[in-house]
Amino acid sequence: MDTFIQLTIDAVTLGSVYALIALGYTLVYGVLKLLNFAHGDVFMVGTFIGYGVLQELGGSSSPKLSVWLIIPIITLAAMGGCALLGITIERFAYRPLRDAPRIAPLISALGVSFFLENSMQLLFGATPRNYNAFNFGNGYLYLKGFQIHGVTVPLLRIVTVVSAFVLMVALWFLVNKTRTGKAMRATSFDREAAAMMGIDIDRVIVFTFVLGSALAGAAGVIFALRVPTTVNIGFVIGLKGFIAAVIGGIGSIPGAMAGGLLLGFAESYVQGYISTQWSDLYVFSGLILLMIFRHQGLLGRPDIRKV
Amino acid sequence: MTDSTPHGYHSTAAEGPAIGQDEWVARHADAVVLPGILGVAERRLRRLPWWVWLVLFLAAFSIFPVVESSGYVRLVAFDTVLYMLLALGLNVVVGWGGLLDLGYVVFYGFGAYAYALLDSPHYGIHLTTIASVPLIVVMGAVVGLLLGLPSWRLTGDYLAIVTLFALQLFQTITTNWQHVTGGPFGILNVDPFDLPGGHQLAVQHGGIFAVSYLYVALAFFAVVFVALRMVNNSRTGRAWRSLREDPLAAEAMGMPVNWLKLMSFSFGAAVAAFTGTLFAAQSANVFPLSFYFVALITIYTMVILGGSGNQAGVVLGALIIGPLLEALRSADKSRYLFFITLVLGLLFAWRRSRALGVVAVATLGFGFAVHAIAGAIHSDWVAGEHTGGFAGFVDHWVVAPAHLARWLSPVSYVGVIVAALVLTLLRGRVRLVLLVPTLYLAAFVWENVMLSKPDAARYIVLGVILIVLMILRPSGLLGERRVEIV
Repeated sequence: MDTFIQLTIDAVTLGSVYALIALGYTLVYGVLKLLNFAHGDVFMVGTFIGYGVLQELGGSSSPKLSVWLIIPIITLAAMGGCALLGITIERFAYRPLRDAPRIAPLISALGVSFFLENSMQLLFGATPRNYNAFNFGNGYLYLKGFQIHGVTVPLLRIVTVVSAFVLMVALWFLVNKTRTGKAMRATSFDREAAAMMGIDIDRVIVFTFVLGSALAGAAGVIFALRVPTTVNIGFVIGLKGFIAAVIGGIGSIPGAMAGGLLLGFAESYVQGYISTQWSDLYVFSGLILLMIFRHQGLLGRPDIRKV
Repeated sequence: MTDSTPHGYHSTAAEGPAIGQDEWVARHADAVVLPGILGVAERRLRRLPWWVWLVLFLAAFSIFPVVESSGYVRLVAFDTVLYMLLALGLNVVVGWGGLLDLGYVVFYGFGAYAYALLDSPHYGIHLTTIASVPLIVVMGAVVGLLLGLPSWRLTGDYLAIVTLFALQLFQTITTNWQHVTGGPFGILNVDPFDLPGGHQLAVQHGGIFAVSYLYVALAFFAVVFVALRMVNNSRTGRAWRSLREDPLAAEAMGMPVNWLKLMSFSFGAAVAAFTGTLFAAQSANVFPLSFYFVALITIYTMVILGGSGNQAGVVLGALIIGPLLEALRSADKSRYLFFITLVLGLLFAWRRSRALGVVAVATLGFGFAVHAIAGAIHSDWVAGEHTGGFAGFVDHWVVAPAHLARWLSPVSYVGVIVAALVLTLLRGRVRLVLLVPTLYLAAFVWENVMLSKPDAARYIVLGVILIVLMILRPSGLLGERRVEIV
C-alpha cells in the first residue's frame, strides 16, 4: 500500500510535468499543424534559466529571499525566457516556411532542436545542474507536508502539482473564455477562413508560441526542482511530452492534460511494479500500437481527408 | 542564348514552390544556357551518360589513397563512403518514396549489431562474411518491412512520430539488454571481413587504417548506386515518384500504394543494414550511441543539402558534410574553414555589388581598430594563444583575451545569433553597416568560444545548415525544384 501511494504521488508529479509539455506541442500543432520538435529543448533551456536565476539569488543553501518568493521568481523567469525563445524560433525558423511543403518546417524543427541542444552544450558544458531544493530551509520542502496512510506527501510535491494545475486551468480559461482564445480556436479550425474573418493570424501564432513555450519553461522549473538537469534531457523528456500529447490526441487541449497524467501513471507504475530499466520499452511499444490502431489519440478528432 | 535575364542565371532560390505551374514548364524555364565556350562545354558535359560520371568519380576516389598516405585521411575517406551509402539509402525513403522516416538509423544500427553478434567472440559465432553479410541485408530488409508497416495506416507527421519512437525503442533495447547487446559498453572485438579462403581482411596495417576497407566500401557503393538507379528507372521507381507527389492520386490510379511504401522502406533498410556491417567490421566495436539522434541528423543534413531525390546530389551532400564534420574537430582546420566560408559567403551574396568590397575592407579595418583599442586598454585582452602562419594573422586581428570571463561566452554567443537574426530583417544600407560588427563578432565567437569545444561547435554548424537550407533552398544543391500543383 505504501509503495502504491508513493508511486501515485510520483505519477501525479511526473504526469503534471508531461502534461505541461504536451500542452505546448498540442497548442502549436493545433494552430500550425506542425510537430515542434524543438519544444523539448525549449523545456531544457527553461530548466537552465531557472537554475541561473536561482544561483543569482544566492542558490538554495543561502537564499537572499524567502523560498515562497524564490520559487515563483525562478518560474516566472523561466517562463519569460522560454516565451522569448519561442517567439524567436517561430519568427526565424518556422514563419519563412509557413507555405512550404509540410516536410520543410519539420526538418527545420529538427535543426532547431539540434542547434539548441548543442549551443547549450557549448556554453554550459555537460555537467548536471542541481537546484538542490532539499537545502531550502534545511529540508523544509521535503520533510514538511501531510500524511496519507503513513506516507508523507512532501510540500515540494504539493507546490509543484498545484502550480501545474493552476497553469492548466489558466490556460483552459484563456483558450475558452477570452477573445484571443476564440481567435486561436478559430485559427486552429481553419486558418484561411479565420484570416478572412479578420483574425490576425501572425499574432495568434506568436501568441500560441508564447503560451506553449512559457508552459514548457514552467514545466522545466517544476521538473528540475526534483531532478538534476543536463543539456541533453530535452530530447527524451520532449519525446515523452510529445507522447502525452499524442495519447490524448494531438491538437486537443484536455487531451494533452489527460495524456500527460496517463503517461505519468503508466510510467510510474511500470517502473515501480515491473521494471525500471524497461519502462521506456513498454511505453514506446504501447505507443506505437496506439498510433497504429487509433492514431487520432484518445480524445482527438479523426482527421477527414478532403480531396 | 539571349535570355531575358541579363546574367544568364535565374535566381531560383528563396522563391518557394510556384503554385499552379507545371513541373515540366518550371524545369524548362530553369534550363538557361551559359554564353560562349562555357555553354558549349556545359552542353557537352551534360550529354555524357551518367555511368561515365560514376566511373570518373570512382576512379578519382580510388586514386586518392595512392596520393594520400596518411591513415587518418584514408579513414575519413572511408567514413565518407559509409555516409554516402547511408545517404543513398535514406534517399530511397525520403527522396523517392516521400516518407519522413526518422527511424532510419535503426536499420544502420541493426546491421552493425547483427554483424557484431554473428561475427565476434561475444557468442563465439564466427560466420564467414560471404554468408553473414547477405543474411544481414535480407534481415535488414525484413526489419524495414516491419517498421514500414505503420505506414499503411499513418501518413506524414504520424509516420514521423512512430519512426521516431522506433529510434528511441532501439536505443532503449541496445542500452538495456545487457547480456545480448552488451549495453552501453557495446560489443567489442568484432571480426573483420574475411575472404572465401579463410583469409581475414585486417583492419589495420602497421597501426594505421588498412586501405583495403576503403576499396571494399567503394565497391559496395558502386553496387548500391547502380542497383538503386536501376530500381528508380523501373516501374517501381516511377510508382514511387507518383506516390511522393500525390499518394491519393496514385491510389486512385490503382497503384498498390501500401506495397510501394513498404518496398521503399525495405530498400532503404537493406542499404543501411549493409552499411552497418561494413561499419562494424571496420571499427571492430559497436556502441548504442553511434546509432542515435546525432547520426540521424547528420544523414538527413547530407540528403537535404545535396538535394533529396537526386542520387548524385545526396552523394555530393555526404561528400561535403562528412569531411566538414571531421575538419571541424581540429582548431586549425576549422579556423581556415570559418574564414574561407566567410569570404565565399560574401562573394556569393554580393556577386554584382561593389558593397562587398566596402564591407570586407571595413570589417578588416574594424578588426584592427578593435584589436588596437583592446590592446591599449589592457594587454591581457589580446594575450590569447599565439600561433604562427595564417593563424598569426588572425591573432592580430581578432581580440582573444587571455582569460575569458564567465559571462563573456554566453553573451557574445547569444549576441552574434541575435545580430545575425536581426540582419535578416533589415534591408539596404543599415544592413551593410551592421554587417561589419556582426562579422567581427562572429569571428570573435568562433575564435574564443567555438574552437575550444569542437564537439558542440560542429553539431551547431550542422543544425544551422539544416535550418538555413530549409529556408533558402529546400531542394538542396542538385535537387529538383518541387512544384506544388494546387
